[in-house]
Amino acid sequence: MKSWQRLLAVLRKEVWQLKRDRLTFGMIFGIPIMQIVMFGYAINTDVRHIQTAVVDQANTQLSRNLIADLQASQVIKVKYQRQQVADIEYLMKRGKVKIGVFIPEDFGRRIQDNNRPSAQLLVDGSDPIILAAAQQLTALKLQPHTKPLPRQAKLFEVKNYYNPERRSAVNVVPGLIGVILTMTMMMFTAVSLVRERERGNLELLINTPISSMELMIGKVLPYIAIGFIQVTLVLVLGSLLFDVPIAGSLINVYIISLVFVAANLTLGLLFSTLAKSQFQAMQMTFFIMLPSILLSGFMFPFDGMPKAAQWIAEVLPLTHFVRLIRGVMLRAASIPELFPELGILILFTLIMLVLSVLRFHKHLD
Amino acid sequence: MASKGAISCQQLSKYFGDLAAVSQLDLNIPRETIYGFLGPNGSGKSTTIRMLCGLLLPTSGEAQVLGLHIPSQAELLKTKIGYMTQKFSLYDDLSVAENLRFMAQVYNLSPREQKQQLDKAMSVYRLGDLKNRFVGTMSGGQKQRLALAAATLHKPELLFLDEPTSAVDPQTRRDFWESLFDLVADGVTILVSTHYMDEAERCHGLAILDHGVKVADGSPPQLMEDIDAWVVKVEADEISRVRRHLSTLDNVISVTQLGMHLRVLLDKTISQPAVYVQQQCAPLNININASQIEASLEDVFVMATRASHPAGMAA
Repeated sequence: MKSWQRLLAVLRKEVWQLKRDRLTFGMIFGIPIMQIVMFGYAINTDVRHIQTAVVDQANTQLSRNLIADLQASQVIKVKYQRQQVADIEYLMKRGKVKIGVFIPEDFGRRIQDNNRPSAQLLVDGSDPIILAAAQQLTALKLQPHTKPLPRQAKLFEVKNYYNPERRSAVNVVPGLIGVILTMTMMMFTAVSLVRERERGNLELLINTPISSMELMIGKVLPYIAIGFIQVTLVLVLGSLLFDVPIAGSLINVYIISLVFVAANLTLGLLFSTLAKSQFQAMQMTFFIMLPSILLSGFMFPFDGMPKAAQWIAEVLPLTHFVRLIRGVMLRAASIPELFPELGILILFTLIMLVLSVLRFHKHLD
Repeated sequence: MASKGAISCQQLSKYFGDLAAVSQLDLNIPRETIYGFLGPNGSGKSTTIRMLCGLLLPTSGEAQVLGLHIPSQAELLKTKIGYMTQKFSLYDDLSVAENLRFMAQVYNLSPREQKQQLDKAMSVYRLGDLKNRFVGTMSGGQKQRLALAAATLHKPELLFLDEPTSAVDPQTRRDFWESLFDLVADGVTILVSTHYMDEAERCHGLAILDHGVKVADGSPPQLMEDIDAWVVKVEADEISRVRRHLSTLDNVISVTQLGMHLRVLLDKTISQPAVYVQQQCAPLNININASQIEASLEDVFVMATRASHPAGMAA
């Protein structure tokens, strides 16, 4: 580092420009608010109240009990009572219901017979989450109201840690911090150098004694502060709207966010040295964004993915951040426990910074 | 030698793919002078300036700028030169004062120097009233003054100005050139590119570039004196017919119509140019009046670049 004054000059200039760029300024607040509301409310893997049609041909005390128990589970909501199975199929085809319950006339006899199923669940399996919810219903035991049935002991008892109420928001919000930071941070720096090139400022800038390192660091630093604003915003909204707990220490949340923000900013910077226009830089960020959201474990469990996808995911900073932030926010993990993941992010940041500085030449060829 | 001249280069060439933007350029520019590059767009003026700043790597050849070897010592050169780019390159979304302060800090001026130089720039380039204006809202002339102020904040020994007056009105151009002479009086060397003849004529030394090749150089009076052609002014009634007729002659290098008279460049092998024109026009049966006159810089330019422009066409 040759001159702090030059670095600070770049930093100050970035802040001035940012203050006047209303769109970008709006993005700092707009994206986190929009994302948290969208993901928090709409994306709910814990499905309840699935629209259901029932055909109860038995119409006995026992069959009515079964329907009542199913409804009591809150998984289904009975919208239609019909006489024929064909009616369920018709409703399902038109998208009115996702699940149908068929109770045959001889339900009373079948329930005594361990070799034959007593009733049938008709499921629209096109959405695997609905299918999983229906499968969960089959575990339901009909409570004997008339006479005792042969009891079968369950093989496993499931005990739910960290999210006893099985609320999606608890799992989604910490990861969402990472998604929001990936979207905004990478974009800020990805366009920053290209913008100077497109507007013609770069030709002047590279004719000054400024060094690549001073320029890069001066451009990264102001956005770290913005990253912290966003993290705070998501934490406050997460706790106000969705009661997302922070089990670990708040300082740790900020420490891992700092490292992650730096990783994204330097990755964006590298894109900025590679891209020829702001549009190209944007395309590159999207190229990283989509796999980040899909493969990082934010949306789908990491363990369920094929090996190749897991390898790709390991290269993406978001994968490591999702592990870190869930560790801190949900399991109260401490920094030493998380050090391997944190180390990977720090290494990633350094590599990106060095590559950016090497890629950025102070001439126009 | 390197320490005496401001710029010298030998066989400097730059290729973009197969295109020779600059080929085998030799230059010797003394200190404390204004040296001009005159040439049409695409003649290699900007490319040469960029190579001399160290912004473009030459394909072959090398240069000494202020005693430093270019391209290898380009970084050392940065603090000693100022560069005004062809396209305005300060920040539109910053104010005048913010832009100047940014540049002063990037050049690592001490806080005292910063204040001193900023105040000086504000008064010399009449920017005081514009101090808090956003640059994007300013006129071409105001931007140009700001760009020159920014390029001279760190007191460079050598200034590169790439077509600095292309976006401003004639009065602003005059004022701008006065500022340039003031800078030279303070010991600065200036390399300026232009496609205006009147500006080129004000330079101490001049190189005419065409398609990347230096086709003529020297001081403007010397260039005009040494021109390898006669210049004849022709007045006549049916001026267009005379022009068309003269254009077809072998010994006529170029004919330019200026209002109601023609400016004819003739081969120097002809002994009596005015008489020659009279004789040649006799078959037209038009009353014409031909007289030999002094060459202008435009004539020099036409002569120098005629290889790439067909005879008879005005430059």
